[in-house]
Amino acid sequence: MEKKNDWNDRLSPGVRSIAPSGIRKFFDIAAQMDDVISLGVGEPDFVTPWSIRESCVYGLEQGYTSYTANRGLLELREEIARRYHQVYQTDYDPQTDILVTVGVSEALDIAMRAILSPGDEVLIPEPCYVSYQACTILAGGVPIAVPAKIEKEFRITPEELEQHITPRTKVLLIGYPNNPTGAIMTRKDLLAIADFAEKHDLIVISDEIYGDLTYGEEEHVCFSSLPNMQERTILLNGFSKAYAMTGWRIGYALGNPDIIAAMTKIHQYTMLCAPITAQIAAVEALRHGEKYMKNMVSEYDRRRRLIYDGLTKMGLECFEPKGAFYIFPSIASTGYTSNEFAEALLKAEHVALVPGSAFGSCGEGHVRCSYATSIDKISEALNRMENFLRNHRR
Amino acid sequence: MRELLELLEHDARRPVSELASMLHRSEYEVERDIKELEKNKIILSYNTLINWEKFGDDTVTAVIEINLTPQREVGFDAIAERIYRFEEVRTVYLMSGSFDLMVIIEGKSLKDVANFVAKRLSTIDGVTATRSHFMLKPYKKDGIIIDNEERDRRLVVTP
Repeated sequence: MEKKNDWNDRLSPGVRSIAPSGIRKFFDIAAQMDDVISLGVGEPDFVTPWSIRESCVYGLEQGYTSYTANRGLLELREEIARRYHQVYQTDYDPQTDILVTVGVSEALDIAMRAILSPGDEVLIPEPCYVSYQACTILAGGVPIAVPAKIEKEFRITPEELEQHITPRTKVLLIGYPNNPTGAIMTRKDLLAIADFAEKHDLIVISDEIYGDLTYGEEEHVCFSSLPNMQERTILLNGFSKAYAMTGWRIGYALGNPDIIAAMTKIHQYTMLCAPITAQIAAVEALRHGEKYMKNMVSEYDRRRRLIYDGLTKMGLECFEPKGAFYIFPSIASTGYTSNEFAEALLKAEHVALVPGSAFGSCGEGHVRCSYATSIDKISEALNRMENFLRNHRR
Repeated sequence: MRELLELLEHDARRPVSELASMLHRSEYEVERDIKELEKNKIILSYNTLINWEKFGDDTVTAVIEINLTPQREVGFDAIAERIYRFEEVRTVYLMSGSFDLMVIIEGKSLKDVANFVAKRLSTIDGVTATRSHFMLKPYKKDGIIIDNEERDRRLVVTP
């Protein structure tokens, strides 16, 4: 299209203030190469289990093509409540406490819009998922980054959060198991955070999309299952990671009836409802998907050990990730910035990964490697990385 | 041990160093466990699943249902042994239901297999009936989809 005017100055200031994603550049370079091994993908390499896909196909054949209730199919909300009660002993009412959304992304957006007034501050431990800051800004809030440290395996403490508290602090937004670090928080860690939230009367948004993907002895602790936390927590989860359903765009928010009602108000005017096809598949995932999910988790666990061993052996400092499907090695010893490292590695060895700085400034000096890819590809990527380190150390 | 077996069942060619990493154990321990499993006949053999048709071979595979008269003392075992000792016989199962043994046979041609059934199997003492079914096309074998078109459809880099 021929453009006669510059339209940028007529865009919303909020949108203009948001920096474009740091991932885009790597995508463009990598897309030109045909033998790239990508450790840069933030989604499962598995296809959605067939029984889940098949239930959606059957639903379509039966003519399930309409809108659903704004909050989502009641049977889906009942299954969500049942699973949370069974796994975490929480008590959510499917009628009032649950909203089915178009992925966690939508849930996070409308949660922010439902609770933030202009200038309200949101504490966000970093490194973190790329949309946390943007969603805060778009909702009129002010994101306050709280850097987590590698020495503590990227767990956040009340002392670190305390330094950033102001009279405007309204929300604490946490995401564990964490993308990009693979960090988890133990029950003890989270109990300390719960005390902190109570002391300052904060709303806690807990993004637990990777909650089913934990490894080793520590099991995932659901934040709202902690004493007195259910009421002040907006818990976000979905089907993308645990059931390999990213493209279905289906997630949910759990919270107190007032907040869920407010979120539903935004949802009904902007989204109306999540797609019925995805909701039907989600019901099947909760009813019969457990065994497929467990198999995928075991496979991720084996890959996790393989990549952790491989990176450690080639001399990159990293801590053993306990959740999600990411590992976050430090590349500081190479003399490169994380951006330079990712670009040089991609150009020299055709291995794609994501610079840590894309996840907040304290991610600088690290890169995010996703092990949601086959063992063979991980092995080959490790070989190529070792080769790169031999030839490119500064 | 179970996890090691599952890994080997899926891919027997995986290097011990990789297995050790994945299982969080030393290479020495993994090698020792594999030897032990072989010795105890828990691991029976390491095979390769080959698409012979794609290679160009025209083999014929047949599933034969066999009815037997069980024998005193040994039941079906003695006859089963007489059958499974033939090299042409790839697989033998004792079944519940309307027949007793399911036998899978491979041969070079239809005639080859039919001959084997008529001359060698149906003449065995105690075999009362046979029904042959010739396989037309394999879709999935031992958990592996033969013509798997699924590929990685994800974008190269995503958040």
